Amino acid sequence: MSEEKTHVVSIKTHLLVLFTLIILTVITVLITSIELGPYNTAAALVIATAKALVVLLYFMHLRFDEPIYRIMFGLVIAIFVAVIIVTFFDYLYR
Amino acid sequence: METTINPSVDLHRDDTASKIGMWLFIFTEILLFGGLFIVYSVYRFRNPVAFHLAHQELSVTMGFINTVILLISSATVAIAITAMQKHNKKLTMIMLGLTLLLALVFMINKYFEWGAKFEHGMYPGSELMANLGHGDMLFFSLYFFMTGLHGVHIIIGMVLLTITLIKVKSGAVNAGKYQLLENSGLYWHLVDLIWIFLFPLFYLIH
Repeated sequence: MSEEKTHVVSIKTHLLVLFTLIILTVITVLITSIELGPYNTAAALVIATAKALVVLLYFMHLRFDEPIYRIMFGLVIAIFVAVIIVTFFDYLYR
Repeated sequence: METTINPSVDLHRDDTASKIGMWLFIFTEILLFGGLFIVYSVYRFRNPVAFHLAHQELSVTMGFINTVILLISSATVAIAITAMQKHNKKLTMIMLGLTLLLALVFMINKYFEWGAKFEHGMYPGSELMANLGHGDMLFFSLYFFMTGLHGVHIIIGMVLLTITLIKVKSGAVNAGKYQLLENSGLYWHLVDLIWIFLFPLFYLIH
């Protein structure tokens, strides 16, 4: 059963993913080295999130696995985002 | 394959349950570090100047090298799983060995990074840290705690990967049964995932 379901990701794909991740890292370092004010943080976090997504989808196989893993992951992130929003509402409007 | 496994005499095994279990554990880890990231963000929001000045004490080059090391090690683990699925035991073992080596290099870099701070009298509980301003102290406390906790995860990951490597060598983990390899791989990717956020937050953002 499980043999049929397994999706084998090729080594080439993994190397391509690694290359993308390293390029994104270089871009973050370059972007944050120039003065962008508040956009610095935003840019760094957006790129970090993109990198995290690439790792999750390809290295951690979320893209190829059954939907249940994606659904569970989505729920956990939704809880985490809710906590962030509540915390910052508290600190901003205290 | 040299051995054919008869499913009817095989012990009960549920790979999907095992993997879901691993993911549930990973979720608790994400929320643990997530909580710490929120603490960091709130303190940063309240002490922007101190955090900005304190962050300049960290070496971007060191952080960058360690990021690349972890990314490569994540790729080698992923390749190890692909190799296992393709019944290439030798490549699996080489890739796992490479991952362990990269993990060791990461820890050695951390040792020098922390060591330099310790030499300057900057370590948790030191007099220098006690006399720092409120914001600086928060920054360095969080830096030591979060990178330290991450380092502990690296060590646990290394132990897990070593056990996996031994079991791959003995054949206990094989192309027909490699859940341990997959779960250790997931754990290792988690370690990488956490670092992906630690690096910009501590070393880059200003």
